[in-house]
Amino acid sequence: MADPIKVYPPKPSHVYFYATCLIDMFYPDAGMAGIQLLEREGIKVCFPEDQTCCGQPAYTSGYHDEARAVAKAQLGLFPEDWPIVVPSGSCGGMMRKHYPRLFKDTDHEVKAAEVAARTWELTDFLLNVCHIKLKDLGEPTTIAMHTSCSARREMGVAEVGPKLIGQLQNVNLVEQVRAEECCGFGGTFAVRHPEISGAMVSEKVDTLTDTGAEAFVTTDCGCLMNISGYAEKNGKPLAGQHIVSFLWERTDNGSGS
Amino acid sequence: MSQASSEDPHHIDVKEFHPRARAAIADPKIRQNFRKAMDGLISKRKDAFEGMDLEALRDLGANIRLRALANLPDLLEQLEKKLTENGIKVHWAIDGDEACRIVRDICVARNAKTVIKGKSMVSEEMELNHYLEEHDIKALESDLGEYIVQLAGETPSHIIMPAIHKNTGEISELMHEKTGTDLSNDVEYLTASARQQLREKFMNADVGVSGVNFAVAETGTLCLVENEGNGRMTTTVPPCHIAVTGIEKVVGNLEDVAPLLALLTRSATGQHITTYFNMISSPRKPEELDGPEEVHLVLVDNGRSSIYQDDELLDTLRCIRCGACMNHCPVYTRVGGHTYGTTYPGPIGKILMPHLIGLDEGRHLPTASSLCGACGEVCPVKIPIPDLLVRLRRESVDGDKLNPAKVRGHGAKRGTLEALVWKGWSWMHARPGAYRFGTAVAARLRKLQPGQLGGWTEYRTAPRLAAKTLHERMKERGQ
Repeated sequence: MADPIKVYPPKPSHVYFYATCLIDMFYPDAGMAGIQLLEREGIKVCFPEDQTCCGQPAYTSGYHDEARAVAKAQLGLFPEDWPIVVPSGSCGGMMRKHYPRLFKDTDHEVKAAEVAARTWELTDFLLNVCHIKLKDLGEPTTIAMHTSCSARREMGVAEVGPKLIGQLQNVNLVEQVRAEECCGFGGTFAVRHPEISGAMVSEKVDTLTDTGAEAFVTTDCGCLMNISGYAEKNGKPLAGQHIVSFLWERTDNGSGS
Repeated sequence: MSQASSEDPHHIDVKEFHPRARAAIADPKIRQNFRKAMDGLISKRKDAFEGMDLEALRDLGANIRLRALANLPDLLEQLEKKLTENGIKVHWAIDGDEACRIVRDICVARNAKTVIKGKSMVSEEMELNHYLEEHDIKALESDLGEYIVQLAGETPSHIIMPAIHKNTGEISELMHEKTGTDLSNDVEYLTASARQQLREKFMNADVGVSGVNFAVAETGTLCLVENEGNGRMTTTVPPCHIAVTGIEKVVGNLEDVAPLLALLTRSATGQHITTYFNMISSPRKPEELDGPEEVHLVLVDNGRSSIYQDDELLDTLRCIRCGACMNHCPVYTRVGGHTYGTTYPGPIGKILMPHLIGLDEGRHLPTASSLCGACGEVCPVKIPIPDLLVRLRRESVDGDKLNPAKVRGHGAKRGTLEALVWKGWSWMHARPGAYRFGTAVAARLRKLQPGQLGGWTEYRTAPRLAAKTLHERMKERGQ
C-alpha cells in the first residue's frame, strides 16, 4: 500500500492538535508549547477532548484488534477538514502511514485514508506550512538534536528540526556521530529486549555527550524518555527537551524574558 | 538431518534468543568486531552510490523483482526448459532434506568423495556440509570467510561476510591451530596461506557446489557474483558442478541482471562491481578446453511457495541477499549474527526464517527490532521490512480477527496475561471518559508511582507523571 503523498497545504485558519498519550501524561509542557507556537502563528487550535492514544503500542505489538478499537475512537475526532497536527513523528507516522493499513477492507477505510492524508508532524507543519520565522531571545548555547526514526523515515522530516534551530542565532547545533541511528526506544521493544535497547541507548547518550552539547532536543517524547532516563540513571550530565519546548522557551512567548 | 545437540552449532535452539543476546552484548570483542565492520560497510555503501539516483535505481530493482515474482511459476518452467536445452540438468526439491539427497545422489552416481564449495546460503539452509559428511562425502568451503567458519566449526554470522565476527588476530590463531600457518597479523600472508591450501583441493575435488545470484529464464543462464575467484574455480575445475538455489532467484530477462547487479554489489560491499561475475549457461562443449562435463541446478522450495501464497508476505521473496539490512541494523550491530541462531540473521532473517522454521520456533525473531526502519531504507529492492515485522508480530499472537493468521506456528506467542493486558488497555483507550478519569487519577497519585518498571528501569529512571495532564490544562484554559 503506497503511503500518502506529502503536499503541503496553504496555511489554514484552524488546526486540530493531537497531543499523544505520552505528552498528555508525562510531557504536557511540550504539548502547551506546541499549541502556543501554532497560536502565535495566528492559527486557532482545536484540542479534541476525546483524544486518547493513536493505538500504536498495540499495533506494533501485533494486537491489531485492540489497536483498531482505539484507533477507531480517534477517527471521529476531526469532523472539519482542518489539518491534524501531531507533536511526534511516531504517532504521526501511525496515523499517516499505518491507519490506512489497519482499516484496509473495513467500513472505516475511507475515513482512515482521509485522516491519514491530513496528519502532519508539528515541526514540519511549523516550518513548511506556517513558514514560521523565529527570533532568538535566549542566551548562547550549544545543543545536539536526535530526530526520531519515525520522524526521519516515516514522516520524512529529518531536515526540519535543524532548519528551525538554524533560525535561532544564539544556538550552535552540533551533530553527534551516527546521528541517524536509533536510540533504542522502539516502544515495547525497550521492555521486551532491555539488554539490546540498553546497549543502544548507552551508545546514543555517549555520542550525544561527546559533542560537548549542553543539552539535546528531539522530535519525540519516547526518545526523550529513553535518552534522558538513561542519562539520569547513569549520572550523565545531558539534559533533554522536546524540540517545541526549546523553540517556545527561546522565542517571544509573552513572558517578557 | 542429524539429531539436535547443544554442542552442535548447526542445531541451536532459536528460542534461546535472549540469553545469547545478553552474552553477546556483554562481550566487548563481539561488540567491537561488529561495530567496526558495520561502520565500514555503511560508509562504503554510501560512497558507492555517490552521484547515482539511488531512489530511481531502487525503484527499478524493486520492480524487476516484483515482475519476476508475479510470473514466478511461468519463469521457473521457462528456466527449466532453457537450462535443459543448454544441457544443464534441473532438479526440484521441496525442502532442505530433499535437496541434500539430490546432491548426494549426484555424488554417488559419480562415485564422488570430495566436494569443493563456493559460497551458498541455500546450502547453509540445507545444512549440506553436515549431511554430506554423514554420508562419507567431504565438503570443503572455498570462500575465505566460509573456510574460516568451517575451520572453527561454526556457522556464518553474516550472509556476505561469514567470518565478520572474528578479527585478524582470532583468524590467525585459528589457522595456526588448524592448519599450521604461522601466527601473523598480515592479512596478505593469511590469505595466501589459505589460497595455497585451497588450490590443491580445487584440483582434486570430484564435484563443485555453488549458489546462484540470478537465474535468467529467457536464456537459461546462472549468474554468480564473487570476489575471490573461488566461484570460478568451483564451477569450472571439478568435472561436475551442482548449483543450488531458492526458487525465488529467477529473473525474466538478461537485461534484468545489470540493474540488480549494480544494486547488489554496491549495497553489499560498496563495490561498483565484484572481481568476478560468472555467467554459466552449459556444461563443457566439445570444442571447449575447460569447464565441467556435467552441470546440475537444484531448485529449492523449503517454505518459499507458502510465502508466495500471500500478497504481503510475498515481498520477502524480493530479497537479493546483499546483507545491507544487517549492516545498517542497530540490533544486529549490537548482538552479532550468531545470536539469532538462524541461517539468515538480521532483519532479512527476522522476516524470512519464521517461514522456514515456523513461528513457534522463531517467535522471538520479529520482536527483536525497534522498528527503526533503517533496513527498509537501505534495501535495494525496497522490501518493506518493518511492515513485515509488524505482520509477523500480529501472526505470532493471532492478533487480528479480520485478517486471520496463516504462517505456520502462528499464535505461539499469545500469552493469556499479555492478551488480557492489551484488552484492558484497549478498553480504556477506546473510552475517552475512562481515559481522562484514569489519567487524572494517575496524575494525582503520581507520588505512589513505582520506581521499578521491569526491563525499563534496569537501564533508565522511570518516567515521571506530570502533576496535571494536558487534558486538564486545556480544560482549565477553557478548551
